[in-house]
Amino acid sequence: MKIIVAIKQVPERDAQVRIDAAGKWIEEAGVQWALNESDAYALEEALQLKEKHGGEVVVLSAGPERVGSTIREALAKGADRGIHIDCADLGNRDALGVARLLAAAVKHENPDLVLTGLQSDDLGLGQTGVILAELLGLPHASLILHVEKTETGLAVKRELEAGWFQTIELPTPALLTIQSGGNKLRYATLMSIKKAKTKEVRVVKAAELAVDAAPVVVLEQVALPTKQRSTQMLPGTTKEAAAALVEKLKFEARVL
Amino acid sequence: MSGIWVVVEERDGPGGKVSRISWEAVAAAQKLATLTGLALNAAVVGGQTESLASEVAAKALTKVTRIEHPLLTVYTPEGFTLALQQLFEAEKPGYVILPHSYQVRDYAPKLAARLGQVLIGDVIAIGDGPVFTRQLMQGRLNGCYRHSGSGACFVSIQAGAFRADTVEAGKAEIELFSPTIDAAQIRTRPGERFQGSAQTVDLASAQLIVSVGRGIKEAGNIPLVQELATALGAELGASRPICDNGWLPMERQVGSSGQTVTPKLYLAVGISGAIQHLVGMKGSQCIVAINKDPGAPIFETADYGIVGDLFEVVPALIEVVKAAKQ
Repeated sequence: MKIIVAIKQVPERDAQVRIDAAGKWIEEAGVQWALNESDAYALEEALQLKEKHGGEVVVLSAGPERVGSTIREALAKGADRGIHIDCADLGNRDALGVARLLAAAVKHENPDLVLTGLQSDDLGLGQTGVILAELLGLPHASLILHVEKTETGLAVKRELEAGWFQTIELPTPALLTIQSGGNKLRYATLMSIKKAKTKEVRVVKAAELAVDAAPVVVLEQVALPTKQRSTQMLPGTTKEAAAALVEKLKFEARVL
Repeated sequence: MSGIWVVVEERDGPGGKVSRISWEAVAAAQKLATLTGLALNAAVVGGQTESLASEVAAKALTKVTRIEHPLLTVYTPEGFTLALQQLFEAEKPGYVILPHSYQVRDYAPKLAARLGQVLIGDVIAIGDGPVFTRQLMQGRLNGCYRHSGSGACFVSIQAGAFRADTVEAGKAEIELFSPTIDAAQIRTRPGERFQGSAQTVDLASAQLIVSVGRGIKEAGNIPLVQELATALGAELGASRPICDNGWLPMERQVGSSGQTVTPKLYLAVGISGAIQHLVGMKGSQCIVAINKDPGAPIFETADYGIVGDLFEVVPALIEVVKAAKQ
């Protein structure tokens, strides 16, 4: 089974977020970058499928030069090779624009399966995978926790709202967006990190893919959210704050 | 252009009633209609849509279109995309408003892309322009989006962002629309829905909940938060990553994919407050957040907050709670 996993490099979860001078995005200087969480689960699913059924796992990512480190991280975990779409203006493209890049870069790969994470931890659009399926003409299923190969294709476990699930059967080739938590993530070993340095990463310039980059929707401005409730922050030492909290819960909020 | 279209979904389970999040989308669409002066219509999609359409037609809308086809009885992304694509190619809407349900997340990006458009998803507010606000960076920032270019602007509305009870009553005419769908165009085969492991913990009826998140760092530290819950006489809840890691069972998960809770007291320990968690607990009477990051979005929703290391704050709190009970 040939599997392509589309992954994204995002700011690390605990990164302190500052708005940039133009008010259009975050200040990226000093930000630590990491593999997007649900993409890590998509990669894990791909590696497990390869271990069961054989084949190849190719990771695909778009972004500036720094994205190369996240591709290497995926190779160290066990992916066979990488495709890096070198794109400095990823943030100016909308989800359709990004999906067009990904589709153009893999159209000659003829994969049996394309996996992506459910959504990115930075923009949180949750659309790129579904749009990619549309552009590649593949059937898709989203919010997938478990993938099983069948005689005719795949049987997948889809998460629904409020603790419900559903099994969906679909033929291959297909695209799945993977929800976090379906598998246990593996760590790269020192040996595999070393080995990853020798694996092939093909760099494709975004301009060479010649896709439409003009966005249909534009992120005009970012701002700090307005408070929904008036929060009383409890100052002082840990002990003072703890005592003040219990006092307030008893006599002000009257919930204890 | 023929104005604004809002897509209305059925609630889970028998009865064919409109889902709550769909009414909230109708409320958002009515606000957009007021801002833009455009006419508002609704679409319902399914195998049998009569009762759903008549429920929607009792609201302030111009018309309700029943998109009906036997192949739409069970939801598939291909079927719903084809059906709505055909309606919107005929009607040429300026705006399409949808509820941001799991089902919409599954097909709306595909539908929009097929029409050369991009969905502005999970919107929490609509302002003059119109500009659409959605959350970025796990709720740490808000982003204002605008549709540029021609064609329909697709928008999905986050659960709880608009009030279902503000939907204006009225009377709309009902039309039938029969899309052309061939069975061969539907490649996914959905099975019956099933529930995960039997629920033995009923967080929904708990009066006090202490909930633990990523800040707890490792499974071995969970007993610390359990001790606080026990001292308070509270149930223990968790955010998704804790259950994903298997540190606590799934049935303790609070949020969009877990349980929705409304206790008197919700005490969030080491939970940053991603929207998927907030939708499951923001209806709590009193919310307390303990987090080391003063910028964590959980503080936007909390009544009381303590910024600090939970490994110091929680033991101090256990001591005070125990002392107060003596």
